[in-house]
Amino acid sequence: MDFEVIKSYIPLFAEAFLLTIKTGWFGIALSFALGLICAFILYFKIPVLSAAVKVYVELFRNTPLLVQLFFMYYGLPILGIRVSAEICGIIGLGLLGGSYMTESIRSGLESVPKIQTESALSLGMTKPQLFRLVILPQAFAMSVPAIVANIIFLLKETSVFSAISLMDLMFTAKDLIGLYYDTTESLFLLVVFYIIMLLPVSILGTVAEKKARFKIYGV
Amino acid sequence: MLAYKLFVEISGETLGELTVNAQRYTMEEILKIEHLKKSFDDLTILEDINLSVKKGEVLVVVGPSGCGKSTLLRCINGLEDIQEGKVILEGNIINPLVDRKSKYREKIGMVFQSYDLFPHKTILENVMLAPLKVQKRKKDEVKKEAEQLLDRVGLLSKVSNYPRQLSGGQKQRVAIVRALIMHPEILLFDEVTAALDPEMVREVLDVILDLAKQQRTMLIVTHEMAFAKAIADRVIFLDGGSIVEDSDPTSFFTAPKTDRARKFLNTFEFEKVH
Repeated sequence: MDFEVIKSYIPLFAEAFLLTIKTGWFGIALSFALGLICAFILYFKIPVLSAAVKVYVELFRNTPLLVQLFFMYYGLPILGIRVSAEICGIIGLGLLGGSYMTESIRSGLESVPKIQTESALSLGMTKPQLFRLVILPQAFAMSVPAIVANIIFLLKETSVFSAISLMDLMFTAKDLIGLYYDTTESLFLLVVFYIIMLLPVSILGTVAEKKARFKIYGV
Repeated sequence: MLAYKLFVEISGETLGELTVNAQRYTMEEILKIEHLKKSFDDLTILEDINLSVKKGEVLVVVGPSGCGKSTLLRCINGLEDIQEGKVILEGNIINPLVDRKSKYREKIGMVFQSYDLFPHKTILENVMLAPLKVQKRKKDEVKKEAEQLLDRVGLLSKVSNYPRQLSGGQKQRVAIVRALIMHPEILLFDEVTAALDPEMVREVLDVILDLAKQQRTMLIVTHEMAFAKAIADRVIFLDGGSIVEDSDPTSFFTAPKTDRARKFLNTFEFEKVH
């Protein structure tokens, strides 16, 4: 392994790293918002919309991100809609993640015992108050581990972005290998940058998980 | 305070024997149930229930499992829709509910069998949540009252604890305080001691006895017959979804009018084996 090569590649990887983080976190934010809305729809069994959400979840959970991205990147222009690779990546990740987040948040909501709803109502709370003050905090405490797992999974999924020529970490590594045959150095940097990206998430996630659960369960 | 002392003297209550007294309530009717019918699809749970509760009255509802006792309480505070009849609180129909904005639920306090405290909030937060958010009262005033009430049930030292750190009996006492702080007109107790150990049962029942002494209007569903005998102004025996007996506790427990009530009361007696 040539450390001079590694040193010279660092700026390129750093740039790709920032792009990966940016698209990754935008996608995750989108997936979370989507998941929250869809989980509410399922939890409240809103007619028609519930059925639509179920179709959406099954469609996106059961197809690879790569296929979804190809569809958007190469399919949409046929319909006259042209989107940049970056936007395409964010939307693709958001839609895929949304289906996972929906299920994680829904299971948290459904884990809150019915007696909590009844006691809140019998105290005169309105439905929005009941939801905001009683159900949601408990549901989140239950969902945190699943949400953290989803976030880590989605950040790793960004490696697929290289297929639609978004210059993320994976693209940069493949590019450099193709151009200069510095395979070892490129792969080494790829691993290092992914770990730099994910380790803090993993650690913070564990802390958040402990904090959320401790209040309620004491462990 | 003088009135309280006087009342203690007149009623001749003794703490050791679990006796309260009769005839404390006024004649003012607070809750009225007319021809209430409750069913789930084809299954009828309650049939033609008629009931009138006066201010300050303690009504104990007894009956075998599945007779509709809990459902009756749930119909009163609107957790269940009813199919026929009406529930009237202080002259206003509260079930079926016409005015969705009605604040009737604040006027009815309910304590459930399973612990229903909010697990993500401390004891003090549990008690203060509804007065602050529902009644929009001032924080200082609510906190003061919460502490007073918690002190009264012996739990002032637990204000910053979470529900999981409390015993079952302590949790139920907090649940009672949480209902009381809303200043309800009527309190509903749904088998609040059914899931507790005997000593804890006593500590919760003592709190309820204390409330009876403060002339609170209460509807109590219980399987604690000694307690029912002590606290009730009236006993309702519910069986098969209808009121079979409605009488004073002495006659109900010593000379029930119906065979069904006699049979039910016998289930609490044991014959000597040796």
